[in-house]
Amino acid sequence: MFTLLNLTNMITTGIAVLGFIAISAMFLIWWERKVSAHIQTRLGPMRVGWHGILQSVADAIKLLLKEDIRPAGADKLVWWLAPFFVVVPSVMAFATIPFGKTLIPKDLNIGVLYILAVSSVCVLGVFMAGWGSNNKYSLLGGIRAAAQIISYEVPLILSMITVVMYANTLSMQKIVESQSHSWNILHPNLALAGLIYITSATAEVNRAPFDIPEAESELVAGFHTEYSGMKFAMFFIGEYTNLFIISAIATTLFFGGWKGPLLPGVIWFLIKTYSIIYILMWIRWTFPRLRVDQLMGFAWKFLTPISFLNLAIAGWLLL
Amino acid sequence: MADLDIKEKKDIFTEEFLINMGPQHPSTHGVLSLELKLDGEMVLECTPHIGYLHRSFEKLAENRTYTQFIPFTDRLDYVASMNNNLGYCMAVENLLKLDITDRAKYIRVIVAELNRIASHLIAIGTFAQDLGAFATPLFYCFREREKIVDIFNEICGNRLTYNYIRIGGVQSDLPKGIEEKIKNFIKYMRSKIDEYDWLLTYNVIFLARAKNIGLLRKDIAINYSVTGPNLRASGVKRDLRKDRPYLVYDKFEFNVPVGVNGDAWDRYKVRIEEMRQSLKIVEQALGSLPQGDPTVKTGRVHKPAAGEAYFRTENPRGELGFYIVSDGSAYPYRLKIRAPSFSNLAVLPELIKDAKIADIVCISGSLDILMGEIDR
Repeated sequence: MFTLLNLTNMITTGIAVLGFIAISAMFLIWWERKVSAHIQTRLGPMRVGWHGILQSVADAIKLLLKEDIRPAGADKLVWWLAPFFVVVPSVMAFATIPFGKTLIPKDLNIGVLYILAVSSVCVLGVFMAGWGSNNKYSLLGGIRAAAQIISYEVPLILSMITVVMYANTLSMQKIVESQSHSWNILHPNLALAGLIYITSATAEVNRAPFDIPEAESELVAGFHTEYSGMKFAMFFIGEYTNLFIISAIATTLFFGGWKGPLLPGVIWFLIKTYSIIYILMWIRWTFPRLRVDQLMGFAWKFLTPISFLNLAIAGWLLL
Repeated sequence: MADLDIKEKKDIFTEEFLINMGPQHPSTHGVLSLELKLDGEMVLECTPHIGYLHRSFEKLAENRTYTQFIPFTDRLDYVASMNNNLGYCMAVENLLKLDITDRAKYIRVIVAELNRIASHLIAIGTFAQDLGAFATPLFYCFREREKIVDIFNEICGNRLTYNYIRIGGVQSDLPKGIEEKIKNFIKYMRSKIDEYDWLLTYNVIFLARAKNIGLLRKDIAINYSVTGPNLRASGVKRDLRKDRPYLVYDKFEFNVPVGVNGDAWDRYKVRIEEMRQSLKIVEQALGSLPQGDPTVKTGRVHKPAAGEAYFRTENPRGELGFYIVSDGSAYPYRLKIRAPSFSNLAVLPELIKDAKIADIVCISGSLDILMGEIDR
């Protein structure tokens, strides 16, 4: 039933989600800079606010005021649309992420499927940016991104299906409920699925050591080389929102979601999610980058067979 | 029967992709420009273009006195200024047939070896950066290099272009208490090199990226007159400090590390080992440092007898040679610099067989070229 109450509900949820995304992305950018700085024996941002906590705000203002430059010969429509194709799906994916017992925008009964479907759209935006920029480096970045994201989607989906098989549901909230007694990651079968998920999800959001599409030392900045101002900021926000989403999904599927003693659910959820993000950052600032063929080989020759095997074992155990 | 002109018909028209990597690119180390012909990710051709940093040093030398040219040598290989000063001053001293004091020789060895470590630190850091290790090893290397730079700052007052080694000795004696600092640094640096091994040398991804990439065969290396760590990584045991000892290198005990395959990883590994050996040399030199005044009193203007001299030293990047012709005046008649990076870059197109874009960055990073001395 579509009533006025429903509408206001939708609007408040939307605003809350958008607000959370903006704050979370800005916080993550600041945090990443701090983590990387301390790993590299630096201090990182220190000037704007306490330990530079407002640095991201200052950067956002700067990016908003910057001139929006469109390279000559760019494919206007494609170039203009690309940032939205990256940001919008990651915002949409928030719809089924359970922050707490009741704190979920919409508990769809096909939650897992919905997230997979929505987040696959991202690759389109990345490729559009690479194609539309009329820059050879961007094009190479776009091609790499398309190949990489599509390849890693396979082990990613297979590892999530393993969880779905055990939980016997596609709803995110029910998957959390199924972990009331013990986290999925403690189950050997699902622990392997969890490792596969984290690995392929890192590749899915183009983070080091799988940051082939934007490989700075090779392709300058890859697909977003030509973007400036707010359009660049959109890619940046999209990147950090995706980082939050993959960690949130990992928390929900493998680490018991919002469940935990004493503290309210949402706090537990955020603690777990940000811990996973921290580990991903740690990995990013430690390891060198794989080469593009090694990356594809790793997905098709190693991760995919292992996920199939894991899935088969799960099926055999459940029968 | 008529000739049938049968050609392979392709449904999609494809062509090669020409891309200019540099002179402004994050990983071409200065202003090197690489013209790459690509087929997708594969590199078909690679042509290096140089000349963006040309400052005509060899011509300028003809209008400078011998002493006035020393600061120019700082700006050749600007991360190893001490070694350049050394090579030039030794060439001029050969021309003048000038003998220097023992203490000056020891001081020269100490600063040259410390600068070799500093230079290799940059080579390793930027190489890791080229492989996508997001600046973490680079910052670690710079942290250690900073200690060497501080020591040099105390010795000669400069942090990058030292102008310390002079004709007839050194600018000034070592300051008081610097020996202790250098000894502390040696201890500190030893533990840090082990740390690099944990972080980088045996890292799975690092090995996958650098092993068997950019194989430089022995004969090719010799034909292109590649020198320095790049040559030694290919298995040729050639080090001027051992083969034609200058200064007091024959008094010290050290090994010349050589590689096996001549790939990018071997070139990296040789540099790591060379840092260990340099520490050993510095330690021995400090232990037997003679006392006294290091500098021989010479006039400000040198007028060598008409003639010529060629002197080569082992720089961090290879053999650095200075060829000087004198006509008896205060200015060199002709000065020619043999820069190691020039030959090391020339071999790059030979190394790109079956390489991908990422490998190009890896190979050029492992060769450790420096545009300052290529475009002198």
